[in-house]
Amino acid sequence: MSATTYGWLVLAFPLAGCLISAFGWRVLPGRAAGWIGTAAIALAFLSSIGALVALLDKPVQSRELTSSLYSYASAAGLDIKLGILVDPLSVYMILVVSGVSALIHLYSVAYLASDRGYSRYFSYLNFFVFSMLLLVLAGNFVLLIVGWAFVGFASYALISFWYRRHTATRAGMKAFVINVIGDVGLVFAAFFIFRDLGTFDYLSVFHAAPQHFSTNQGVLIAICLLILVGAFAKSAQLPLHTWLPDAMEGPTPVSALIHAATMVTAGVYLIARTHPLFELAPTAADISAFIGLATLIFAATVALAVTDLKRIIAYSTISQIGYMVVGVSIGAYAAGLFHLMTHAFFKALLFMGAGSVISAMAGTQDIDRMGGLRRALPFTSVLMIVGALALAGFPLTSGFFSKDEILVFASNRGGFYWIFTVGGYLAALLTAFYAFRIIFRVFWGEPVPEARELEGGHLAHAEPANPLTGEPEDTDVGFPGPEHHIAERDRPMWLAMATLGVLSIVGGALQIPGLDHVIETFLRGSFLDSRLYESVPSVLADWEGLAVGGAVALAGIAAAYFVYVARPGTSAALARRFRPVHAFLVNKWYFDELYDAVVYRPAIRIGRFSTGVIERVVVDGIVTATVDAVRGIGVVVRGAQSGFVRAYALLLIGGFAGLGLYFLIVSS
Amino acid sequence: MDITWYVVLSALLFAIGAGGVLIRRSPLVILLCLELMLNASNLALVAFSRAQGNEDGQVFALIVMVVAACEVVVGLGLIVAMFRRRLPLNVDEMRDLRG
Amino acid sequence: MEAEPGLTYVAFFAGAIGAVGGAVAVIALRNPFYSVLALVVHLVSLAGLFLLLYAQFVAAAQVVVYAGAVMVLYVFVAAYLGAVEEPIWEPIPGQRFLAPLLAAALFVELAIAILGTGLSALDSSGPTVHLGFGSPAEIGNLLLERFLVVFEAASMLLLVAAVGAIVLAGRQREAER
Repeated sequence: MSATTYGWLVLAFPLAGCLISAFGWRVLPGRAAGWIGTAAIALAFLSSIGALVALLDKPVQSRELTSSLYSYASAAGLDIKLGILVDPLSVYMILVVSGVSALIHLYSVAYLASDRGYSRYFSYLNFFVFSMLLLVLAGNFVLLIVGWAFVGFASYALISFWYRRHTATRAGMKAFVINVIGDVGLVFAAFFIFRDLGTFDYLSVFHAAPQHFSTNQGVLIAICLLILVGAFAKSAQLPLHTWLPDAMEGPTPVSALIHAATMVTAGVYLIARTHPLFELAPTAADISAFIGLATLIFAATVALAVTDLKRIIAYSTISQIGYMVVGVSIGAYAAGLFHLMTHAFFKALLFMGAGSVISAMAGTQDIDRMGGLRRALPFTSVLMIVGALALAGFPLTSGFFSKDEILVFASNRGGFYWIFTVGGYLAALLTAFYAFRIIFRVFWGEPVPEARELEGGHLAHAEPANPLTGEPEDTDVGFPGPEHHIAERDRPMWLAMATLGVLSIVGGALQIPGLDHVIETFLRGSFLDSRLYESVPSVLADWEGLAVGGAVALAGIAAAYFVYVARPGTSAALARRFRPVHAFLVNKWYFDELYDAVVYRPAIRIGRFSTGVIERVVVDGIVTATVDAVRGIGVVVRGAQSGFVRAYALLLIGGFAGLGLYFLIVSS
Repeated sequence: MDITWYVVLSALLFAIGAGGVLIRRSPLVILLCLELMLNASNLALVAFSRAQGNEDGQVFALIVMVVAACEVVVGLGLIVAMFRRRLPLNVDEMRDLRG
Repeated sequence: MEAEPGLTYVAFFAGAIGAVGGAVAVIALRNPFYSVLALVVHLVSLAGLFLLLYAQFVAAAQVVVYAGAVMVLYVFVAAYLGAVEEPIWEPIPGQRFLAPLLAAALFVELAIAILGTGLSALDSSGPTVHLGFGSPAEIGNLLLERFLVVFEAASMLLLVAAVGAIVLAGRQREAER
């Protein structure tokens, strides 16, 4: 079968899984929906491998294959097809997405086993994977926007999965609104592209762009900035990042899948896909890189202070995606996408571990209430340490190889790009620190009561409550189920985490400088038209960078050990001494408050004004005034129906006279 | 005498009759004013007949007289009926058409 | 057959003054009985004008039928009703003012239309007519030949009116019993 046929299969399997779970939820017994969903994604993964093999059969220059199912609109200069583009970049993305998704589905089979909305969950999850694959495989901007919107909806549905929890529904709405802002930017970008180049098709657009636009032309910069709006909304970069920490209200596997491994990488993919436009408008690319840099530093600082386990990992995600954005903006496409893959591995692993920990803690997510869970959760702790090592960039883990390649590429480009290198290493130090902040806080120290219970073989139990506000809940549909599942006890969770753990360690072997460059070679087929792709640093420079990175990671881990294990109480002392700084960080640099004041409150005021004044006075007033006017006219006209025959006769003669006057005038 | 004089006279009589219908309140007098208007049109018809040189207008005038007679019969019958029922003989009192 | 021009003028103005005077009297006199009598004067004046227009039969019919029969009916009813005083106060606002105004406007418009018309026939006193124009013989001829249907229809109308009168009268008699 050809690569494009595999491409369609990749889309078909998750969609089928979604529909089966959605429509058959009454008849599917027990965990059947979970296994169907997992099988669907596994089949999609196998199809991705098929596509990969089929693609590799072709020579490097001709690896951009398109296939169209039907022509959606072809009139008035439009030519929009339901078409996919199978090329190295999209095959790479579908492999990562379907692979990690399959493992997360496997994890979810056990994690959500007692939840009343089990089938709904897997239906939504499959729909999400379908949307993400559609987004990645799309061959034109219209289908991209369709996938983009679907993914936004799936995210909303899954964040608000426990829909009776009001914090979850509010978080879902927040995510959706910010995503829509991105959608608007993307749609405008597509419009401008169509207006100037006359087509939506990727290959045609990228071919025509250099001929039509001059470097840094105003319209092109505008297009790229609008694309960035879309990318940053989806990838939770400054200033559109506020939805991601709140999105932790969703079930932990959802956080793993959507908000770590796949959906938030859509922005990175988009910038990589539209690289011809960005290379033609270096100003926009630089703006993108700087925003990425700012985000990665900002998020790393916040992760030092917040205390909710999932939110620390969320800010870590924002920071790491900042790395990827910097990577694809400065031209390090292979490095940035490589980091995308390794990040998917270890971040999903970290979230899965977090899920296990939270289950062991009977639903608590505050790390200040955790401690000494090492003995109670041996497997989870080992795997979380693995994930944290990869996140920190400990030598020879996958994160070690992927993260620093970007920074070395930056310094190799010369000019002012050294800022990215310095900033990147600084943030790497912070990253290592907060990664092991989690580890040492949760797994080291005095075992908390829940840990002691678990060591005794009994999983701790607590009254169901909202982890953020503490409000009591029940375990019926719309809230989490009554059971808690940990990796030590549930085989599917164990299996998924183990696979990711292995991948987090060996994944780096795909791109060891000087030894092999599998990713770079494979992706070259999509970046043949790029000026920057081939300007890779020398092997020596690479190893120098990696050495610095490794040293930074070790320094960070050592600092965390010092603060949290060797001298417990240091972090509390630091927080007391630098109270305003700590408050600033814990409150996420007051972004939420800023948006509340600048956007939300004025919008509410406008809404209230509209209801109170415009609606009540103007609109109702107009309607009522019309009614009154008509009624008034009626009263006036009724006055003519006096019943006096002589009055009628007067009107008659008067009309006659008038008519005569008219005819006299006309005929004169 | 130019025919114009007769037609203008007819118009004058018609206008007087119309004014009378509007001003007077007694049904009897209103009927009389109606007669005025009919006669004015008769005069116009006869004048035009003379102007044309054939008698069609005169025949028309005769028929108008017939119609006027019928209308008078019915109208007076109505007035007498009103009088017998002790209704006020005032057109303004009959306001049942009031909306 | 042309009469002397001077006599024609005198006759016309006599008839015209009588007609207009009678008309004004009809609408101006308070007592309805006097109005009826004024109308009789008006009708006779009109008959004179008809004579001037060579409409002998119509003039005769006017006097005999209209002034003679129809007005007699009016006289009977007026006598039956007695003197009915009309109230002074005008309930319809503006009627007293607008009615003469509109009537005058109507007259002015008609006059302008008539005087401004290009009909050449109106500017003369009419074509020379043959002897016997307007005589009963010719009217009768027309009635029974060209306007037979009209004639018959008029008869039907008279019949209907007569029946209607009887019905109205008869109903009154029923009510009295």
